[in-house]
Amino acid sequence: MWDILKNRWKQGYRTVDFPSKVEMPERFRLSTANDGEPQLVKALDARMQKLFGRSLKLRVVSAGSCNGCEMELQALGNVVFDLSRFGIQFVASPRHADGIVVTGPVTKNMALALKETYDAVGEPKIVIAVGTCAINGGCFAGSGEVLNGAASTVPVNLYIPGCPPHPLIILNGLLRLLDRK
Amino acid sequence: MTFPFLTIQNAVSFEASRVPILPAEAWRQTLLENCAEGKARITALFGETMTPDVTRVYCLLGIDSKKHLLIGAADFFGKNPAYASITPLLPEAHLFERELYEEFGILPVDHPWLKPVRKQENHSFYKIEGEGIHEVAVGPVHAGIIEPGHFRFQCHGEKVLHLEIQLGYQRRGVEALMIAADSKQQAVLAESVAGDTVIGHGLAYCHAMEGLSERSITPKRCQSLRAIALELERVSNHIGDLGALAGDVGFLPAAAWFGRLRGDFLNMLMELTGNRYGRSFVMPGGVLFDITPEMLRSFIRRLEKALTEVKELAELFFGASSVLTRLGQTGVIKQETARSLGAVGLAARASNLLRDVRQNYPAGIYRAHNIALVKMSTGDVYARARLRSLESKRSLQFLRERLEDLSADKIAQPCGMSKKGAMIVSLIEGWRGEIAHVVATGAEGEIRRYKIVDPSFHNWMALSLAMRNGQISDFPLVNKSFNLSYAGHDL
Ligand code: SF4
Repeated sequence: MWDILKNRWKQGYRTVDFPSKVEMPERFRLSTANDGEPQLVKALDARMQKLFGRSLKLRVVSAGSCNGCEMELQALGNVVFDLSRFGIQFVASPRHADGIVVTGPVTKNMALALKETYDAVGEPKIVIAVGTCAINGGCFAGSGEVLNGAASTVPVNLYIPGCPPHPLIILNGLLRLLDRK
Repeated sequence: MTFPFLTIQNAVSFEASRVPILPAEAWRQTLLENCAEGKARITALFGETMTPDVTRVYCLLGIDSKKHLLIGAADFFGKNPAYASITPLLPEAHLFERELYEEFGILPVDHPWLKPVRKQENHSFYKIEGEGIHEVAVGPVHAGIIEPGHFRFQCHGEKVLHLEIQLGYQRRGVEALMIAADSKQQAVLAESVAGDTVIGHGLAYCHAMEGLSERSITPKRCQSLRAIALELERVSNHIGDLGALAGDVGFLPAAAWFGRLRGDFLNMLMELTGNRYGRSFVMPGGVLFDITPEMLRSFIRRLEKALTEVKELAELFFGASSVLTRLGQTGVIKQETARSLGAVGLAARASNLLRDVRQNYPAGIYRAHNIALVKMSTGDVYARARLRSLESKRSLQFLRERLEDLSADKIAQPCGMSKKGAMIVSLIEGWRGEIAHVVATGAEGEIRRYKIVDPSFHNWMALSLAMRNGQISDFPLVNKSFNLSYAGHDL
């Protein structure tokens, strides 16, 4: 066993650096009134940043997602993306959390549980909607069984698009929200 | 006296009018006789509303030894039809009968536990009473980053006497959406049935559409590329699950390493398809992207390296005695239990039941090239974990062979219009097990009924039974060893 570990150690593997700039292909760029970089995310105000800027604990509520978004959120915790180096962590209880992350289009069957989890988080709190489904229902929009997005049930501070969003995109969104990028 | 069901093949369409419609009682008898002594097993049992007061119930049976399927139907009339439940004689029907009752109101008389499958109402849980018995309720929102479901344990101290699992929170109404959607949306929806089985469900949809179309030849290269994506998906999930198991027993070096290795496979999928899970890669008629020669060379090299790593990692993980103590004899499902529950896929193979669509009902490239299968006999968490690493190795070898003999060919060939009044059964061995999509078209070739059965639908009960008389603290471990889909069950 030690030989194997030693071997691995020698070869080494690094946590990825956060890419400083990713060029978006032209057709994906947002048009903006001024020519500068489009403002994708509005950072939290000074008070919230003081509170959460260096330590943010989040509780994930999956509300009808296909498990794709969950897997990318889980992947954020692995050695490659290592979310906790930014002081952001996913916690086991809404009582320990500063906010919630919602995935999925919010099914009718999950609306109550989502609302109650949100209520259980102490004020002030933030809500982050991850994935196309949580934005507007995604491919499930219009089904009689879903409520077409997280905003149907809780007030959302940040939307992170993608189906599912790459872990780096989620990370990007979170860091911009905390104005650390 | 029995009436024969229609014999059909995987991914080959047939005229819907050829399905024998039997009187309800004769249908039930034929079903039971076919399944006697484990000769056949239920692959799907589902209804379709024909007219406001006729509901047709189809039964699809798989005969693994003969490599074909049987289908037969019965019509039920009026508002609240009833028939004698099959479950007491054939437990594997239990969830299908509950589903039929919930969706179509067809009452299986004497069903032992007739409660809603997905609706959030009338929840009464099985209760054990007595001194020192306590109940533990968990969910739908769980501690980890996982999908929602409710678990109700009846315990005596640490010992679990009974576990009841209530799902339905992920209900999105996919089957109904499939009928309303256009063909582009359908492909996306099929992939979103379970986001960890994108290629599996996507491929089941594609095979169905191709089989139904009047003219369709899938080029050989495209079939190979699909198999490559499917096996990459299998390996990445198996390795990811091993990482989760390692994390649960507190063996962190292996957990970290497995987690990273999984990323390597996802990155290959990403290079090939543009998405870590291969979304929108397979489409009816072919695949969206081809593999470039450089990519091919780099894949072969990286897979070679990955194979060594999987071997080393298995040695590390399964060589640690502290790991073996936790995994061995935990969450046991005996072969008999697995058979009576109709378990499929990895969960069945870990209990000494060789059920694998790639061998029993091969379609696509698997018709021409066999993949070596493995099974284990102990049915415990160890067997399911070990099987994951063994299957990963087989898949990696298979992947290399496919990459090495890729034929020069087109990667897509548009299919024609859908046949009218036809039906098709499309089975795919996803990484969890048998995925079944059954599609029926109407008079204009439009989709009339789309039924999806995720492997988890067969297997959830096995998780309940695996927990019986176990320690409640072992639940996360046993749960991970099955790693079933909530979304796939709830649709
Ligand atoms: S956004 Fe995509 S990956 Fe995320 S839950 Fe919805 S369908 Fe699944």
